[in-house]
Amino acid sequence: MGQHGHSVAHKHNAHGSLKTYVVGFALSLILTVLSFACVMSGAVPQHLVMPGIVVFCIAQLLVQLAFFLHMSVAPGQRDNLSIGVFTLLIIAIIVVGSLWVMHNMNLYMMHPVTQSMSSSIG
Amino acid sequence: MFGKLSLSAIPFHEPIIMGTLLMVSLGMAALLGWLTFQRKWGYLWSEWFTTVDHKRIGIMYVILAIVMLVRGFTDAIMMRAQQAIASADAAGYLPPHHYDQIFTAHGVIMIFFVAMPFVVGLMNLVVPLQIGARDVAYPFLNSLSYWLTACGVVLVMISMFVGDFAATGWLAYPPLSELKFSPSVGVDYYIWALQLSGLGTTLSGINFIVTILRMRTPGMKMMQMPVFTWTALVTNILIVAAFPVLTVALALLAADRYLDMHFFTNELGGNAMLYVNLIWIWGHPEVYILILPCFGAFSEIVATFSGKPLFGYKSMVYATAGIGIASFVVWLHHFFTMGSGADVNAFFGISTMIISIPTGVKLFNWLFTMYRGRIRFTLPMMWTIAFMVTFTIGGMTGVLLAVPGADFVLHNSLFLIAHFHNVIIGGVLFGLFAALNYWFPKAFGFKLEERWGKASFWCWVVGFYMAFMPLYVLGLMGMTRRMNHYANPAWQPYLVVAAVGAVIIALGIGFMLLQFAVSIRDRAENRDLTGDPWGGRTLEWATSSPAPFYNFAVLPQVEELDQFWADKEHKRAYKRHEHYADIHMPRNTGAGLIMAAFGTVFGFAMVWHIWWLAVVGLVAMVGTFIARAYDTDVDYYVPGAEVEKIERARLVPLHKLIENVDPASAGQKVA
Amino acid sequence: MSTAITANHGVVAHGGAHDHEHHDDGSKTLLGFWIYLMSDCLIFSGLFATFAALGHATAGGPSGKELFDLKYVFGETMLLLISSFTFGLAMLNMHAGQRNKVIAWLFVTFLFGAGFVGMEIHEFHNLIVFEHAGPDRSAFLSAYFGLVGTHGLHVTCGLIWLLAMMHMVGKFGLNDTVQRRLSCLSLFWHFLDLVWICVFSFVYLMGVL
Repeated sequence: MGQHGHSVAHKHNAHGSLKTYVVGFALSLILTVLSFACVMSGAVPQHLVMPGIVVFCIAQLLVQLAFFLHMSVAPGQRDNLSIGVFTLLIIAIIVVGSLWVMHNMNLYMMHPVTQSMSSSIG
Repeated sequence: MFGKLSLSAIPFHEPIIMGTLLMVSLGMAALLGWLTFQRKWGYLWSEWFTTVDHKRIGIMYVILAIVMLVRGFTDAIMMRAQQAIASADAAGYLPPHHYDQIFTAHGVIMIFFVAMPFVVGLMNLVVPLQIGARDVAYPFLNSLSYWLTACGVVLVMISMFVGDFAATGWLAYPPLSELKFSPSVGVDYYIWALQLSGLGTTLSGINFIVTILRMRTPGMKMMQMPVFTWTALVTNILIVAAFPVLTVALALLAADRYLDMHFFTNELGGNAMLYVNLIWIWGHPEVYILILPCFGAFSEIVATFSGKPLFGYKSMVYATAGIGIASFVVWLHHFFTMGSGADVNAFFGISTMIISIPTGVKLFNWLFTMYRGRIRFTLPMMWTIAFMVTFTIGGMTGVLLAVPGADFVLHNSLFLIAHFHNVIIGGVLFGLFAALNYWFPKAFGFKLEERWGKASFWCWVVGFYMAFMPLYVLGLMGMTRRMNHYANPAWQPYLVVAAVGAVIIALGIGFMLLQFAVSIRDRAENRDLTGDPWGGRTLEWATSSPAPFYNFAVLPQVEELDQFWADKEHKRAYKRHEHYADIHMPRNTGAGLIMAAFGTVFGFAMVWHIWWLAVVGLVAMVGTFIARAYDTDVDYYVPGAEVEKIERARLVPLHKLIENVDPASAGQKVA
Repeated sequence: MSTAITANHGVVAHGGAHDHEHHDDGSKTLLGFWIYLMSDCLIFSGLFATFAALGHATAGGPSGKELFDLKYVFGETMLLLISSFTFGLAMLNMHAGQRNKVIAWLFVTFLFGAGFVGMEIHEFHNLIVFEHAGPDRSAFLSAYFGLVGTHGLHVTCGLIWLLAMMHMVGKFGLNDTVQRRLSCLSLFWHFLDLVWICVFSFVYLMGVL
């Protein structure tokens, strides 16, 4: 298929333009600074630091996916997108599942310090 | 200079191993000598070793699998012999260290180097033909995948004679597999053989997903793909999703052993259960990676030999996809006893019981397909029926093991061994044999003869039941797996029966090899001239047997499921075309073989800590890949005139043959 | 897909039409490469899960709070982010057909990437030699080195690939094959930045909490 089949409009969607890269770069920069500031500035209330990091992380992932990797819901991208969503599901299963399994085992099988600590949570 | 490697690595003091080495060397020398004498090396190199043709790669995969089946079975029968005699005061003939290597090698070989290559080989052979493609998406990668698998095989085989193999069980659980408790090179052989072949498997998974998503013939929608292709798609998705986790688990184990890290050690915060957790996140989907394509093969076979469309095509597809997803949320049932709480065990117990439902759906679909069909009891169909009975038993004992409470009693007992052999032999192996008999004519142009095939079938089925039913009983009597010796004489009679069963299976394997030999000798009698020896329904039967290297001269147009069947009904099949276009084909390349050869060097050097050689192997491997990227002469065109010549040679006599025959059953009657 | 269909029909299978043939179809390669990236993503998710499970197993050794220097990590992050942007510029020039500019931007990207790897090696060296916090000290440190090191190894592979691509652009120009490979490398490079976002968020930032 190469480059021959692309119309100009398609080209913009699929490869981005200088504008999309600049916007993506600026947004990533801001989000990175916000993430680090969350922890380093000391101005953020303790209980909001962790959620802050997670939110900024996800936001930046989405920004880079959209502006740098040009992911979208356009028909040409649908395969990539559904493969990505499926991968996300598997990642969730692997990470959450492993943590649940390992935490639960530690709860029952490891030394009493862990046990008393964890039993107050669960 | 040579790391840990020295002459003492060769076990001269072990008469059994030295005898085997002698026999293998003589056999190899005879084979190599014969090939040289016949001047076959050039032919092998240019037509097979460097091929990128998916059909030939598929055949090489299956040959590799059958060779390794013999090796893995030798291990099995040695274990059965040991357990049949090593009761009470008798020690048997195998020392514990050797015995432990044998049961480890048996498991590793049967899963990674028999079942996997067989399944991948089958997909190679069939999938592109079923979707009307001329090759897979990345033919060079396909060749590389094959040779990487072969590279794993070579490392495992070398381990028998140079050094030793892992003595840890087939999944090499730490802390036993850590350097402290397994200081020899066995586990290192295990790690590198699996990493290299695992890389090949992942690449071939990617290859097939893209092939199925992007290279279907014009008009073929997803819901018009044959069921085998569907199961292949789901299997390859599982491969790509699961094998990375295996890679991680083995890499971390390697880091523990090579770099003194502490992922899974007893000391400094390591957690061995994390390894068990990770390896089974791969391990459970792996079970379905093996069985799903076999389900697909059974679906094709049942529909073909019942002369009916498959009952419940859609439910079959959804059941396959459902099993694919669900296979990722059941892994903990392999280690209920590690001590998770009731909620975790209950979740995984219930999810395990749920996953048996779509499998049940499939079984009923096959039964309803057979119901009121005109069933032809050919070999593929016999294997299918044996599968349906055997697999149902294995599946039900699996549901028993899914109950955490029951599992605490049966964990690591022979009941478990009986269960998984029941599903893997009764499901995967029977499926592969059914598929082998079914698609053999498509690969070689002649059918396998039935007499020795049936002898082999009955030996396998009877032998299987004799070898494994006693193991259920032994499990309930409390016998655990992997025992080199036992003190309870009440177990011995059952183990003797099991050993007799193993001997009968040996006959089954022997008869199967005989079946191949006789079929090749009498190939003229069993020649398939139509390309459709069974009265098939799917596209692979539309082209000649064996298929030409370009598969289809003109890509078939598909509008419905079982398009080829409809074409035969409407007398549209076997059409001759006025004009044949040039066909674009990939060129053969030796790069895959060369990369894998360097990979083998790398693996071997890593095993023996020969660092300079490892660097050389790795650099040469990557260098070959990069050099290949500079090669611009990777494809060519087959002139339309040549295609026309080949097609005419097939179609002119074919049209004479089927002129006055009902086209829907042309294949059967002509053949 | 539509191009593939015309190609498969072989309506005009001579001359110029050959370029459209399915074996050189860039979209197919990109799909496959995307799937490869997803499998790589799962390798990282396995490592992240390991890190999360072993993150507190310091075995009496130093924890992340004592070891991590966030300012340094911020520097690494900036290098990688800028290299992502400069790779984007290389891609824009590729689509514009500016061969020399492509090489120039790839080279800039290479410098930033190499800077990142250099900083990481320096960081590791510091930890192992001066802090006595090598990967053999505790499960936590094993998991840390395993995860961050695997990412670094990927960036290093990316650097080698960048070198090869610079040479190829010079040798072959911006033909279809080279464009296809550059697109793959672009995906790879941006993907590594995505992984790094997770690394600095979950390993470093959360590590010092």
